[in-house]
Amino acid sequence: MSPRPQHPARALWPLIALLAAACAPSGGTQAAPGTTPAPAPTAQTAELEAIYRARADSARMRFTQADVHFFTGMIGHHAQALVMAALIPTHGASPALQTLGARITNAQQDEIALMQRWLRDRNQPVPTYEIEGITLTIHGADHAMHMPGMLTQDQLEQLDQARGQEFDRLFLSYMIQHHQGAVTMVDDLFQADGAAQSDAVFKLASDIQVDQRTEIARMKQMLETSNP
Amino acid sequence: MNRVTPLFLIAGMLGLATAACAPSTSTSSAVGAVPASAVAAPSPDPRIGLRAGLFDAETAVWNLNVLSTTPPPNEFLGVTNSDLAFTGNYVIQGNYNGILVWDISNPRQPSLVVAYTCPASQNDVSVYQNLLFVSGEDFGARLDCGTEGVSEAVSAERFRGIRIFDISDIRNPRYITSVQTCRGSHTHTLLKDPNDNENVYIYVSGSAPVRPAEELPGCVAAPPSEDPNSALFRIEVIRVPVAHPEQAAIVSSPRIFQDLVAPETHGASPADLAEIEKAKARGAFVFQIQDQYQVLPDRYAARLLDSVVTARGGSGAPTSADSAALRDRIQAVIQQMVGRQPSGPRPGPSQCHDITVYPAIGLAGGACGGYGLLLDISDPVNPTRIGAVSDTNFSYWHSATINNDGTKILFSDEWGGGGGPKCRASDPMEWGADAIFTLENRQMRFKSYYKMPAAQTPEENCVAHNGSLIPIPGRDVMVQAWYQGGISVFDWTDAANPAEIAFHDRGPVNAAEMDDGGSWSVYWYNGVIVSSEIARGLDIFELTPSTYLSQNEIDASRSVKLDYFNVQGQQRFVWPTTFALARAYLDQLERSRGLAPDRLAAARASLASAEGASGEARRAPLSDLMAGLERDASRSSDAQKVRMLATTVRELAAAAR
Repeated sequence: MSPRPQHPARALWPLIALLAAACAPSGGTQAAPGTTPAPAPTAQTAELEAIYRARADSARMRFTQADVHFFTGMIGHHAQALVMAALIPTHGASPALQTLGARITNAQQDEIALMQRWLRDRNQPVPTYEIEGITLTIHGADHAMHMPGMLTQDQLEQLDQARGQEFDRLFLSYMIQHHQGAVTMVDDLFQADGAAQSDAVFKLASDIQVDQRTEIARMKQMLETSNP
Repeated sequence: MNRVTPLFLIAGMLGLATAACAPSTSTSSAVGAVPASAVAAPSPDPRIGLRAGLFDAETAVWNLNVLSTTPPPNEFLGVTNSDLAFTGNYVIQGNYNGILVWDISNPRQPSLVVAYTCPASQNDVSVYQNLLFVSGEDFGARLDCGTEGVSEAVSAERFRGIRIFDISDIRNPRYITSVQTCRGSHTHTLLKDPNDNENVYIYVSGSAPVRPAEELPGCVAAPPSEDPNSALFRIEVIRVPVAHPEQAAIVSSPRIFQDLVAPETHGASPADLAEIEKAKARGAFVFQIQDQYQVLPDRYAARLLDSVVTARGGSGAPTSADSAALRDRIQAVIQQMVGRQPSGPRPGPSQCHDITVYPAIGLAGGACGGYGLLLDISDPVNPTRIGAVSDTNFSYWHSATINNDGTKILFSDEWGGGGGPKCRASDPMEWGADAIFTLENRQMRFKSYYKMPAAQTPEENCVAHNGSLIPIPGRDVMVQAWYQGGISVFDWTDAANPAEIAFHDRGPVNAAEMDDGGSWSVYWYNGVIVSSEIARGLDIFELTPSTYLSQNEIDASRSVKLDYFNVQGQQRFVWPTTFALARAYLDQLERSRGLAPDRLAAARASLASAEGASGEARRAPLSDLMAGLERDASRSSDAQKVRMLATTVRELAAAAR
């Protein structure tokens, strides 16, 4: 297939003018903040929205079983990071680890929500999880506990027993192990035929990988400099 | 940097709570030339509670005028709009489905020139003369621009790298060639070296996984410790002969991260330093680790004081002599407790997200993994690292902007990759924000954070993203995209006190759940502000005058004309000598109270009479004004600005005909 320039001969102008008018600030507000009320939906905006939604819907249906497997597993994987990070406030962790833990919690919760949404939008089973102390129960993803990098229950118990500097050290070692597992999961996904073809999957998976790689480097540095 | 002793180590050893080194969330309202009392942000913030809608969302706007808002053509609707580049009267807008070219001669009514189908993510664009460069990194992009994707894990059809188009006839882009790279190109930077008119250079930033060697020979995914040819931990430099773009090729792969051991710190902010001074004043023990000052908590101070008493063979309460002895030795004591060399060089981050080059001063800012780097680019093929900062509040360094004078650098943190709602009321103001540094003798010093201040809903992806300088003379003003947090115009003339002076925001794309949308990039170009809205299309704005930005300042900014613009290749703004420029400086002197009211009035009157005259009748009032200003400068609290004004007036007089 060759590139296809397309020239816009379409009658978009009335619509554009209408949108422009709708979004122009009301006159005379000057430095005062203006809130422009939502324009009433019109036939044109409705038509645009219909095209937009139809295209988004059809892009949504472009996925493989490898993509589904990846997100299903990654939800449980992320949930274990939440279990680990939840220990930080009560285990004498250093301020630097408190900061790191708060960011991990925030990031992984948001990504879990995105992955659950991705599965739900494609009518796939959506894993859920419960956390009670260091016990993580995942519903709807049998393979989640066998993902690369997942801590064993023994490791979690060991972490739960540690305090202060020892907790910091163990947490960093285990979270590096855990994050490296996620990096491996993304690598595996990207090596599967037909996987991550859609923008949504590629973006989510590569964002996860980039974030976790960056965090691994940071944690290695923290770990290295904390070892006496 | 030869030692790394992070704060938490001390905390770990002593089990103490370190002093708060997080910068205070400053509420200062200094706006560069504006006095500290200045900015009265709209209250309540009209961005809060905007009604959702894709093409009919409620909007809030402050100190901006919306000139137009234009949806993508139908074939590109529903596909992500990405970055922007500018040439002549055209805006080139990347879209994951291809490239859109808009004619913005009339910014109230942009007209689509061509919609060129060629899918890839992110389709980030740069332009130079007749050449257009486009980034691709995903697995579905094809060498032939086809839409069917590439389903095999290894394929000769796959494109990941830089595409080059000839846009001599912008209505018919001609696909010349592509340069494939091991990790594709997430973004790229076009570098025009002032000493080389034959070539341009492309710095490729790739963050995606390394492709298999079976697909692109020579690509090595193993780390450099295992294979020196590793595609990790490096950037690629492509040289493009302008007359023969088809010969574009990778000429070097600099490892600018090698041995990077910068600490997880940004140094002390002015707010931190104020806290330290307070602690010192109340007699606390203060010590320094790297650039960070720390206050020794009282109970540990008591323990150390007891040990001083014991060491001199005494007993009982420590004396003031004991305190003085500890104060002298506290730094050494801490050093002994924590001091230790790192065990060896580390390779640093594995990639950059963005590199912004400023060829006029030979420097570049690299936003690379966990670091912000300062690079010397005087040899474009071999950029070298001359500084590095990192920051515990930063997740992922995304992009860099250098101010026009080259005295400040701003890095942004795209925490969460742009797909997450990181501007909720519960998200810290230091996270997913900008960090502002001064740049002195090629050293970066942290001053403050800036984050678009209006809390957004969980349905809005929001974090610091792409922006550009606005050429307001004598000030550092920038416009920045925050995805569904809208666009924010802020002044960072005072690096320690950035302040928002204008904004535009829409309600969420979807009220029920988060759909991607918002401003991907927003850049100033020849008098207008152009935003690439991920879902909604192309928005064009102009600044409106306010207390914080006068019409004269806006007019002076409009006098700056660029032939082309790529945000990652910064060009130095030069303001033509105009009456608007002189009046802009006067307005700034009024704000800073750098000139007395009678002198301001006299200067404005002189400018008015000169502007209405010609020849000697123009020259005379300007010469008088200049002489007066030179006297004013010696008395002014804002002498530098008075001299800038005097220079402009002198040039106006010299140009009088």
